[in-house]
Amino acid sequence: MSSQSSRGVWIITALVVLLLILHQDNWFWESDTLVFGFMPIGLFWHACISIGASLTWALATVIAWPLDDDDAVAATETAPTSTEEGA
Amino acid sequence: MFESLDHPGLPQLIIIIIYLGLLLLLGLSSSRLFKGTKEDYQVASHSIGPFLLLMSLFGTTMTAFALVGSSGEAFKEGIGVYGMLASSSGIIHSLCFFIIGVKVWKFARRHKYTTQIEFFRDRLDNDFIGLLLFPILVGLVVPYLLIGVISSGTVVQSLTAGLAPDLFPVLNPAGEPIMAMHGGIPTWLGSLVICVVVLVYVFFGGMRGTAWANTLQTIVFMILGVVTFYVIANRLGGQDSLMENLKVLAGSVPTEKLTRIEMSKTKFFTYLLIPLSVGMFPHLFQHWMTAKSASTFKVPVVCHPLFIMIVWVPCVLVGIWATGDLIPAKPPLPNSPNAILPFLVKTQTGKVLGGLLAAGILAAIMSSLDSQFLCIGTIFTNDVLTHYKGKENVSDTQQVLYTRLFIIAIVAITYALGLLDPKSVFAMGVWCFSGFSALFPIVFAALYWRGLTAAGAICGILAAIASWGYMFYQALQQGLREYVLILPLGGEEYEVMPVVVMLASCLIVMVGVSLVTPKPSDATIKKFFS
Repeated sequence: MSSQSSRGVWIITALVVLLLILHQDNWFWESDTLVFGFMPIGLFWHACISIGASLTWALATVIAWPLDDDDAVAATETAPTSTEEGA
Repeated sequence: MFESLDHPGLPQLIIIIIYLGLLLLLGLSSSRLFKGTKEDYQVASHSIGPFLLLMSLFGTTMTAFALVGSSGEAFKEGIGVYGMLASSSGIIHSLCFFIIGVKVWKFARRHKYTTQIEFFRDRLDNDFIGLLLFPILVGLVVPYLLIGVISSGTVVQSLTAGLAPDLFPVLNPAGEPIMAMHGGIPTWLGSLVICVVVLVYVFFGGMRGTAWANTLQTIVFMILGVVTFYVIANRLGGQDSLMENLKVLAGSVPTEKLTRIEMSKTKFFTYLLIPLSVGMFPHLFQHWMTAKSASTFKVPVVCHPLFIMIVWVPCVLVGIWATGDLIPAKPPLPNSPNAILPFLVKTQTGKVLGGLLAAGILAAIMSSLDSQFLCIGTIFTNDVLTHYKGKENVSDTQQVLYTRLFIIAIVAITYALGLLDPKSVFAMGVWCFSGFSALFPIVFAALYWRGLTAAGAICGILAAIASWGYMFYQALQQGLREYVLILPLGGEEYEVMPVVVMLASCLIVMVGVSLVTPKPSDATIKKFFS
């Protein structure tokens, strides 16, 4: 694993730990504030956690993805002959 | 028999039939691409791209609980269920796809594994671990399957209620009709039709049929979830715009449902361990194997948390609105929280949307059932029959045949067990998930720790299952749903989920035994850690 990828793994690890800490939102436990007038703040916060998780994993695909995996497999395997959805 | 299309339950039945017909068509179409090999039948020749992988992984992890259970739990517990079950899954599921899925995919492609047991046998250079894991994995999946089979019959019955009261009466002990189900398609028939439809497209289409069907089903239940939310909000709110409706509905909800005042903070925290089960689900393992490349995992890893949010937030809001004073007093709300969403659809929306929602709920159920049926058929064929008969003695064509025969047997057994209508199976859900979560340290160590030994893994599995069994036995006396551990600390008592002890038992025993038992051979280490 390259040093850049290794640094990426640490950054993603830190972000996941941060998400897990933010997930335990004791500070909004008893708040009945309505965001935008309809969304309970506890629910809004956790919806934001979901978005934050998605952004974290998007970053992981850029800075911490094991890019050599495809090559490693390709060296020992025959490539599939067709692909669903043409992806 | 029916005077018009307006007959109670008829539009719903027609929509369900059309939807099931579409699924059969899709499954049979996918079978035209079948290459006749075991690899193609069990893992679609590793040809699944990012979009299909995203939809099939999401559809498989989201059961009927995502639509019906989420609104029901929110009705009972308030908004806290989203953090407990949904946002935690958004973090942990993708984490499992990222740290477990990609890595096992790489090993599986390199060494030609299709099932978890094949991987563990090779990684630990031990045959017994397969024998040990086989009944545990199958035993934990079967209740999960039963929930789907029983739920599908119940959903079809409740949403076609009124169709044929003379033919399908549902009466209480006093002989009065139970209106929520009276005249609906009986549960045995509904479950049978669902099982046959899933069996047909899994039998003919194998993993490709499953992935295609899962994609359609995921699209269906996601869209219908949002449409249902919109229609119910406008009907219950009674204002001119959606925004105004949302505001008045939120204003009607009691404080305890808008907050987590009644929820234990430690229970909420320890619930974080439950989604780790995804790392050990055998049916997800098999879906991972279908990926065309490691990069195929990127889209599912990124989009999974967002998809959970799109399905869960509207359902949780509908669930808490049902506790407010804008809900009409008549007809009265059902006693079962799981009946809240179907009830609101039936009373607040039209028959067509009711039929579409039935299709959506069935989609969520079937998108999990198909993968589980295929997975168990594959495990029986690969890890028991072919393994002990010898690969050289079973041709590729025979393995496809055996997988199909095992799938028929599993569907038949599950359906027969479902007919017994074991109500307690629903409470088993979280216990099944906890069992898989407890085994998470084994798969993690197998991938990342050179020092894991076969003895360590075996003892870890035994410790997890022993602690699971002990606490399950205690929970049977106290209530499967209510059972929590009490942790006394500093004069206070804290509620902790049993999964904490199960996972800790597995981890401690696995590490301890691995440290004092012979290490794997250099060849094995080199094979997996070079």
